[in-house]
Amino acid sequence: MKLAKDYFADERADGLHEIGRGLPRADLPGHVTGKTKYFADRSIPGMLHLKMVRSPHHHARIRGIDTSEAEKHPGVVKILTARDVPHNVYTILILIQIGPEDEQVLAEDKVRWKGEAVVAVVADSERAANEAAAKVKVDYEVLPAVFDMDEALKPGAPVVNEYHGQNYYLYDSGECRKVRFGDVEAGFAEADFILEETYRSSPIEHAPAETTGCVVVPEGNDRFTCYTNTQAMFFTLDNTSIILQMPGHQLHLVGGTVGGGFGGKVDVIVEPIAILAAKLTGRPVSFVYSRYEEMQISSPRAAEKIVIKDGVTKDGRLVARKVTGYTDAGAYSRHSPYGAQKGAAHYPGPYTVPNVWIDTYCVYTNRTPSSAMRGFGVTIADFALEVQMDKLARLIAMDPLEFRFINAYRDGDMKAHRQVTEGAALIECMQEASRAASWPVAKRFYDMSSRGEG
Amino acid sequence: MGLVLRSFATVNEAGAALSEPGARYLGGGTLAVRAVNEGDVSVHSLVRITDPQLSRIELSEGRARIGASVTMARVAANPGIAFLAPAAMAVGGPAVRNMATVGGNLFAPAPYGDFAVALLALDAKVDARKDMPMERFLETRGALAKGSIVTAVSFALPSEGGFRFRKVSRVKPKGTSVLSIAAVIEEDPDGTIRSARIALGCMADRPIRAHAAERALVGSRRTEQGIAAALAVAGEGTHPVTDPVASAWYRAEVLPVHLRRLLLY
Amino acid sequence: MPKVPVQFALNGEEKAEFVESGTSLLTLLRDKIGDTSPKGGCHQGTCGACSVIIDGELKLSCLVLAETCGNASVQTTGGLAADGVLHPLQRAFLDHFAAQCGFCTPGMIMAAKALLDRNPDPTREDVVEAISGNICRCTGYEPIIQAVMAAAQGNSQRVA
Repeated sequence: MKLAKDYFADERADGLHEIGRGLPRADLPGHVTGKTKYFADRSIPGMLHLKMVRSPHHHARIRGIDTSEAEKHPGVVKILTARDVPHNVYTILILIQIGPEDEQVLAEDKVRWKGEAVVAVVADSERAANEAAAKVKVDYEVLPAVFDMDEALKPGAPVVNEYHGQNYYLYDSGECRKVRFGDVEAGFAEADFILEETYRSSPIEHAPAETTGCVVVPEGNDRFTCYTNTQAMFFTLDNTSIILQMPGHQLHLVGGTVGGGFGGKVDVIVEPIAILAAKLTGRPVSFVYSRYEEMQISSPRAAEKIVIKDGVTKDGRLVARKVTGYTDAGAYSRHSPYGAQKGAAHYPGPYTVPNVWIDTYCVYTNRTPSSAMRGFGVTIADFALEVQMDKLARLIAMDPLEFRFINAYRDGDMKAHRQVTEGAALIECMQEASRAASWPVAKRFYDMSSRGEG
Repeated sequence: MGLVLRSFATVNEAGAALSEPGARYLGGGTLAVRAVNEGDVSVHSLVRITDPQLSRIELSEGRARIGASVTMARVAANPGIAFLAPAAMAVGGPAVRNMATVGGNLFAPAPYGDFAVALLALDAKVDARKDMPMERFLETRGALAKGSIVTAVSFALPSEGGFRFRKVSRVKPKGTSVLSIAAVIEEDPDGTIRSARIALGCMADRPIRAHAAERALVGSRRTEQGIAAALAVAGEGTHPVTDPVASAWYRAEVLPVHLRRLLLY
Repeated sequence: MPKVPVQFALNGEEKAEFVESGTSLLTLLRDKIGDTSPKGGCHQGTCGACSVIIDGELKLSCLVLAETCGNASVQTTGGLAADGVLHPLQRAFLDHFAAQCGFCTPGMIMAAKALLDRNPDPTREDVVEAISGNICRCTGYEPIIQAVMAAAQGNSQRVA
């Protein structure tokens, strides 16, 4: 590995001792010997198994739930419905005042996506739990469903989530997050070319090697130890506390090594209901997603639709950028209002554009709720932005890397969000990348610096 | 209603147990145990047969007979049927091949069952109480008589170079099939195609023959021109599956492309 | 329901257990014997995290019923280090950073061992084929391949 120490040499002490050298990783001896403990790597006598009865419909009203046959099934210890959950309606980000609470832990009156949890069956074996789950009868009245964001935003579309009332998240700024900088229409008027393109992405499943799950042990004194592979320990602790109406000191959440997360394990999904089951049965409870559930039920990266309209001059200056972003939250908010907001904060990308207009919407549809995944709100935005940059360069017959040099932000530039750029290093990264990839650019770009005009 | 495993020494003893409701035959476990693990509560008993006879590969008089319990790994390692190794190696990774059996592959629904595609092109006979041609077996495999057990498959060894196989998957080196194709092409010394059998995987819910393409090949040669008519009708009678790997539309579009590669290279 | 006895050797040590009929070898190893090195990633035979070596053959312990393992010899990554000394494959995985979350690692090492046991001098293609049934979702395949090659060459030291 080569360290390019010439860049910004005067901005730091050069006493780096660790970077560029191999160091043994603390957790590797455990990994290679199979001794690393994951949440499921403990056997607890008398453990019960929880299996979820899920909605087979994308959108339906629940007319009735009949668990009588399932309750009689041998091995069944407890069956949980919405009535058993002390505070059944929640939303994860209520902890930072992003409401309203919009999702039922166990569906009570309505299901809004195919796979939504309705009834939890707790039995002394997985087999018995699966057999009993097959005997639960739910009477559904199927409702029209909407799967496409454009359709969901049209007047007269079926309302997905009544807690919101409309098929988009209502920010304090209105129906979307907004960024306004300069005068975007004046910028378009000044441009030699205008390019408007639409980019779409599909949901992406994290597919971690280890599925989502937890094991709960009642410890006496009304205290519960929950071994979990959550990536969001305190979201889980606080939301469980709200949902179960239990003070935090009764909830002892034990995390540890996660068998792959990638953002897929930040929702609060298995812990509240497993702890409730342990509380109501007085026995240890395991709730672990099957591979099918991991792929189909756990929240994916949101689908996105991004419309970018750019004004560019013949000599390669971006003079106006208008972005409308849509994030498909699925049926519930989870982390998506935040994801859509991150998009607003991320456009117009690492470029200095004098006139910017950004709207980002968080849209509800009858799809699997989406949530966090590796840079959510930003990753797909960057895909769209960089494809757009290549198209713009082609439009004005300019080298795509040189086009980026011209527009790269540098220290002192005012960003669209009214923050002065500092600590920029895009130009230096591109200089190094151009050498590494043997993609030469004109000498003046090698002379540029993020720190000044150069 | 738990699950029980019942082991029998012979096929005859197992027949009755398999006739009981909820009974399912256990070969290598890659289908039956998988179903149980996925929560298929309709399976109440797994029935297996330990008869070593079912694990034998016999070669004689230009024919091969492979026991139903022979694993993909054993097929791939047998020099007498080396031509089949690519088809056996197309099934799963090494661990799956050490478990998955020839008999099980006959029942694998699309997109699985690549080895059965090879057997269909070989026009194999399936031994289940009585011999049944592979094509007929596949048509009726969901409705076999209660308690009937596949014990072996047998087929005539093709001439040198006469067997061709291709599995198309997106993930390398191992992935689920977009489609698989097997063919047995017999040619005269001058290159004229004397007979052709082509089998397709993932182009229906079970492996199927491309009869129209076969007919179009007979009498012509394996050249761009010679196979053009066969490629044009390759999709006749197919009903490709749509699954997370590929859509029916995609499978139909790429079938001629891969059939061309199979025939020419 | 009466339980079924099963007696087998785990990493050279005799084990005798009673299991419920239909119990997988994976469940027996993890929940009853306490060897949690094989992991349950999919229970479908697609991820390879539960890979073990049974009588010299790499198999998926989630799909093997425990009661079919009578008199078998089962090897797991949990029993690979002899007297606390890492197996060359373990050493190589360590030195080559061939693990991220670690969940696939024990199965990956079993797949690699099954290869080296019968082919001590594999090509890169052999290694890729040998681990083709083992999924690493942190997508660290390259260091894994390098580690297996290095272990085969008796040289686990990381090359800069």
